[in-house]
Amino acid sequence: MKKLGALLAAATLLITGCGSPSGGTGTKTLTVFAAASLTESFTALKARFESAHPGTEVRFNFAGSSALVQQLSNGARADVFASADQANMDKAGQAGLLDSAPSVFATNKLTIAVAPGNPKGVAAFADLATRGLTVVVCAPQVPCGSATQKVEQKTGVTLRPASEEQDVKQVLNKVQTGDADAGLVYVTDAASAAGKVARVDFPEASQAVNSYPIAVVKNAPEAGPAREWVDFVLGQQGRAELQKAGFGAP
Amino acid sequence: MPWVLWVPAALALALVVLPVAGLLVRTDLRRVPGLIVSDASLTALRLSLETAAVSTLACIVLGVPLAVVLARSAVPGIRVLRAVVLLPLVLPPVVGGLALLYLLGRKGFLGYLLGVTAGVQVPFTTAAVIIAQTFVAMPFLVVSLEGALRGGGDRYERIAATLGARPWTVFRRVTLPLLLPALGSGAVLSFARALGEFGATITFAGSLEGVTRTLPLAVYTEAEVDVDSAVALALLLIVVAIVVIAVARPRALEGTAR
Repeated sequence: MKKLGALLAAATLLITGCGSPSGGTGTKTLTVFAAASLTESFTALKARFESAHPGTEVRFNFAGSSALVQQLSNGARADVFASADQANMDKAGQAGLLDSAPSVFATNKLTIAVAPGNPKGVAAFADLATRGLTVVVCAPQVPCGSATQKVEQKTGVTLRPASEEQDVKQVLNKVQTGDADAGLVYVTDAASAAGKVARVDFPEASQAVNSYPIAVVKNAPEAGPAREWVDFVLGQQGRAELQKAGFGAP
Repeated sequence: MPWVLWVPAALALALVVLPVAGLLVRTDLRRVPGLIVSDASLTALRLSLETAAVSTLACIVLGVPLAVVLARSAVPGIRVLRAVVLLPLVLPPVVGGLALLYLLGRKGFLGYLLGVTAGVQVPFTTAAVIIAQTFVAMPFLVVSLEGALRGGGDRYERIAATLGARPWTVFRRVTLPLLLPALGSGAVLSFARALGEFGATITFAGSLEGVTRTLPLAVYTEAEVDVDSAVALALLLIVVAIVVIAVARPRALEGTAR
């Protein structure tokens, strides 16, 4: 019977979800929902923020921006939301999930990722339409894919991708494993895989620049630190860290 | 049966039923038909049904001999082999996809050979989808068949052999007919698993409408922009899965209660 009790307890936990936030004594936990592409730069900023704000601990939830919006609208507890595109931030705004007007803190643009040494000799965006070249892009439903579509429209070049991936890291993976000859990724992703892929920049990329907005979430449990985090990201140190990762200035 | 079993049994049932019910409650059912009949979703549904059917066939053609070998041969190390065969059951699908990519991808050793000798590239093709589905679904078939083979014992086969039947005749006339019910349930399980395959497919085959974007991948893609439409597609997947299992149920039951 004792065993059964333990089993039942486990099952109940399973069903109700173990959702008790671990609020340490005296420390405030700031929860930041951020686009997956911000993983490296935001993680680097966390240490500096925490040492500048003793007693505050930053906790991240990195995922695709639209997945984050869904989590927020389903009642996920968060203080700050940083999106990889305007569209998802607008979606959050329309759903009444934001406390403040979002401000753009970084920009990102596309580049062509190829194998190191560029064995296929890709030199321009139009080269991607060459027959026999295996090109992988993001699906139009995700921000990097809509940026790709925009570039296609502006250049009049129609790509015939071998696959439309769900996120930019998958595109990068397929170039890294050698299964794709070229992939359209963000400058920041190519930078994070430096050495494993080479970058072919193209001028048309500047016609499809993504902006990254950040905002405090409505009814944020830690509204004060949330505002401090937003200011920190928008400030000098945030800008420097983001620039290091390859992001452009807003 | 001790009555206390009802409590965990009910919880177990709730764990399966409630999430699906939650999906139904949150869906605007009037909009579902409109969302489902889009070209993209019908293409995905057709691709899913076709690839799952071919995968199931591949599972049968390859899995039946494998199950017989595993259940009947006394080769040393067969237990290790058995564990390896069941690996896809516990492997995260993404890992399965990566493994396939490292074998059949352009730089994988088999993929490289295929590319050089035949000019064939496997990733990003419908064939890759079928391979991924077969990879994850085959253990289900092998497990059901092997269970039946071991449970049934080899009495009839021995008798047939003492009566002078050659091994191939014994396999064809005795082993296979005895396996049929289990084959039915195993095939249904494999088909259902192939239908729901996601991780290995997206990692190994990619996602392109009409070529590699099966229904589960379409749900994922759609969820980025329109959750309602993703949920509608998910419902379609659930309905197809339930129909498949329900249609095959009598044979599946026969297979377990022999």
